Amino acid sequence: MTAPRPSTALANAVRSGARSALEVLEEHLSAIEAGDGEVHAFNLVTADEARAQASAVDRTVAAGDDPGLLAGVPVALKDNLCTRGVPTTCSSRILEGWSPPYDATVVTRLRNAGAVMVGKTNMDEFAMGSSTETSAFGPTRNPHDTSRVPGGSSGGSAAAVAAGFAPLALGSDTGGSIRQPAALCGVVGMKPTYGTVSRFGLVAFASSLDQIGPFAATVGDAALLFDVIGGHDPADSTSLNRPTPRVLSVLDDGVAGLTVGVLTEFLVGADPDVVARTRQAADACANAGARVEEISVPEVAYGLSAYYLIAPGEASSNLARYDGVRYGLRVDAEDTAAMNTATRSQGFGAEVKRRIMLGTYVLSAGYMDAYYNQALRVRTKIIEGFAVAYQRCDVLLGPTAPTTAFPLGAKTGDPLTMYLSDVCTIPTNLAGHPAISVPFGTGDDGLPIGIQVLGPALSEGTILKVAAVVEAAAPDLAPPVLAGRS
Amino acid sequence: MTEPQRLTRDDVAHVADLARLELTDEELDLFTGQLAQVLDHAADVASLDLAGVKPTAHAMAVTNVLRPDEITPCLDRDEVLAQAPAVEDHRFRVPSILGEAP
Repeated sequence: MTAPRPSTALANAVRSGARSALEVLEEHLSAIEAGDGEVHAFNLVTADEARAQASAVDRTVAAGDDPGLLAGVPVALKDNLCTRGVPTTCSSRILEGWSPPYDATVVTRLRNAGAVMVGKTNMDEFAMGSSTETSAFGPTRNPHDTSRVPGGSSGGSAAAVAAGFAPLALGSDTGGSIRQPAALCGVVGMKPTYGTVSRFGLVAFASSLDQIGPFAATVGDAALLFDVIGGHDPADSTSLNRPTPRVLSVLDDGVAGLTVGVLTEFLVGADPDVVARTRQAADACANAGARVEEISVPEVAYGLSAYYLIAPGEASSNLARYDGVRYGLRVDAEDTAAMNTATRSQGFGAEVKRRIMLGTYVLSAGYMDAYYNQALRVRTKIIEGFAVAYQRCDVLLGPTAPTTAFPLGAKTGDPLTMYLSDVCTIPTNLAGHPAISVPFGTGDDGLPIGIQVLGPALSEGTILKVAAVVEAAAPDLAPPVLAGRS
Repeated sequence: MTEPQRLTRDDVAHVADLARLELTDEELDLFTGQLAQVLDHAADVASLDLAGVKPTAHAMAVTNVLRPDEITPCLDRDEVLAQAPAVEDHRFRVPSILGEAP
């Protein structure tokens, strides 16, 4: 039984003239108005720009033309995606008030598909965090329990979809920043193969790991959004110049004949209720005709350590550009070097400073071989380990995060403990592979659990097929009830 | 592979200086402990024997990405400069770099 596809249905209703894009937008703006005081999913709601986009979609339909696959569907954008003339902050003081002079490629593609962009979502500062608590503008709260974090770093985008503020959202995933918040908020989130979605206009964190991807209520809607934003872009030199998997058409093909490997390393350290749900999801694949077996990829146990050497290394280099010269914050001082230091010291929050210093340290003379270069060798071993597993299995399955959503403030004092919440998502980024998180019931605390389906490079079609089967077998998840809308 | 020595407060002060960050004494103390903890965790990687394993800087490596040498539209100068903290004569303006002119 195929899960409903609310975004697809919405777009079809607008394309056929059955509903107006403006009316759809106003419904969502009202939901944001009523509930976002409590959730704080958005840094900025762009109501005027959205109304102009929705009206343009309605005019296109009235003229007998097709506005596109996402006609009139409201989409929320993570606030590290550049929007021309609209502030883009990365939830950092250092970019507060900056309006980019260009649109990210994904923003252009959404516009061309008739989507209506409703606002910029909160995130961990420069995407560095796993709870959206490192935002300079205050945390986002989990719509299922507002005393809990939404995960991160794309916590605002995940919460926006979970709360019904927007049916679709975009995030970025460097070490799990789409999948982990999707799991904690009970929505679908996918990190595509590195290079399938253009990074042009995505503010860089760790360039060899960053990838933009979709959030949606269902697997089918995530596939639709991926089809719209994917494809080669000459403006991103790391964009893959080969056919991007078109996934919508294969979504309902089922899993008969596929081999699903339950990744044992991801079960180590996961809470018992999370492990139980993972086994239940594996059973669902078996019931649908897949061969299910347990498989070990011992190399992934080193993923977390390698990631926290590689990603800060790349970040320390990428964030050197925030010098107070060309855009964003400048704190005046008597000479340029002092101005650079004053600007960076006041503009960056503690987690960003930690990662810049860690990265600078592991790249510095005397330590580079022991730390950074060694981590790059581990990266090779992880890729080789996955390659062996994918000779036996078509996809791997495991939890997305070892726990359900944790209370606000529970991990902010201890960076290493916070980093450990990414342990199941990081290996995929190091390998450049795709993976998707699908909601699968709740834990003992009543909070959402996400199941992750991983595959080799460019296997989006396959992981989505498996995700659709997992989704169809998932226990019901009650929609969040916010006080402002009860 | 020999394990590097434990991170010290002086190391953090030096690195902060390289990264153009000014830290308070309290920040130095806090970050030294936190970063040492992360590096201790990374010791499992630092101690692996991976001699002969080639490093991977990029999982989906692409090489020699070229485009035709043609003039295409670029960013609008006024729109770009409008975002700058200080501008003079169509250029970014910064405080002195090498001190006063002789």
